[in-house]
Amino acid sequence: MEPQALFDAVKAKFGEAALELQATGFRPPFVVVAPASIADVAIFLRDDPAMRFDSLMCLSGVDAKERFAVAYHLHSLAHMHQIGLKAFLHRENPSLPSVDAVWPAANFMERETFDLYGIVFTGSKDLRRILLPDDWEGHPLRKDYKYPESYHGVKL
Amino acid sequence: MSQDPARGGAAPAQAPAAPVGPDAQVMVGSADMFVNWARRSSLWYLLFATACCGIELMQTGASRYDLDRFGAVFRASPRQSDLLIVAGTITHKMAERIKRLYDQMPEPKFVLSMGSCANTGGPFYKDSYCVVKGVDLLIPVDVYVPGCPPRPEALIDGIIQLQKIIDKKRNFAKKV
Repeated sequence: MEPQALFDAVKAKFGEAALELQATGFRPPFVVVAPASIADVAIFLRDDPAMRFDSLMCLSGVDAKERFAVAYHLHSLAHMHQIGLKAFLHRENPSLPSVDAVWPAANFMERETFDLYGIVFTGSKDLRRILLPDDWEGHPLRKDYKYPESYHGVKL
Repeated sequence: MSQDPARGGAAPAQAPAAPVGPDAQVMVGSADMFVNWARRSSLWYLLFATACCGIELMQTGASRYDLDRFGAVFRASPRQSDLLIVAGTITHKMAERIKRLYDQMPEPKFVLSMGSCANTGGPFYKDSYCVVKGVDLLIPVDVYVPGCPPRPEALIDGIIQLQKIIDKKRNFAKKV
């Protein structure tokens, strides 16, 4: 399915929640959606017969300085086409609905994004730190992260 | 065999009575030699690897380089290990685990730091929030083996250096 047709289908179903299509300079093209509707769009993209995006290849966080983004790379093994989903978030208390009920693989990647960016995925099955120790302070991949002097008495 | 008493030979029949206790250099010298020989010839190392140095460690233990020649075989439990080969990057999350493993090993115990990451933090020395900049910040280290990762020959040389260190240990005699 062509990206523009896919974006039109999302826009026809969700209206204002589909914000824009980032087609040039992005591979795959990204559909930018409102953060609150991300789980609904995900279910639509997975279950619609023309879409059938059954594989979440990657879920990643982005710190674009003035705002955060969460990017989802989707792949359809049935139709062999790809699309990206993206949601922009405010820097203060960034949060959006979890998609681990849509693709179970999302859980570990959401935990990683939470660990390193502090983006909260509401409704997640199990949102804990995954890479860093549980008592780590801060989220290191944020641009404004300040390195601590030491951790448990060992200097960094 | 030499007849020198210091080398473990028979003492002359009319020798004056040797002093007893920490000053009895003849007997304890031989005992030290024997104990050190036993310790350096059975350096059982803990099966512990955290990064690519572990691949070289496995290769060193496998048939081509055969670390077993030096009496060094791996043990899967710290309770049976004499040597901790820190093979790989140590993160701060791993730090408390490695300290616990070290504490679980029985005395006498030795530590060999293998590769740049365990020595100094290596490529993660600058601008890393999660890597410990050298395992000697956590536990005492006897031998450092440089390399990224070290070849098996380098690791074997580290084991031999450690055996030389063990040979110089004074276990019974008075510390001088």
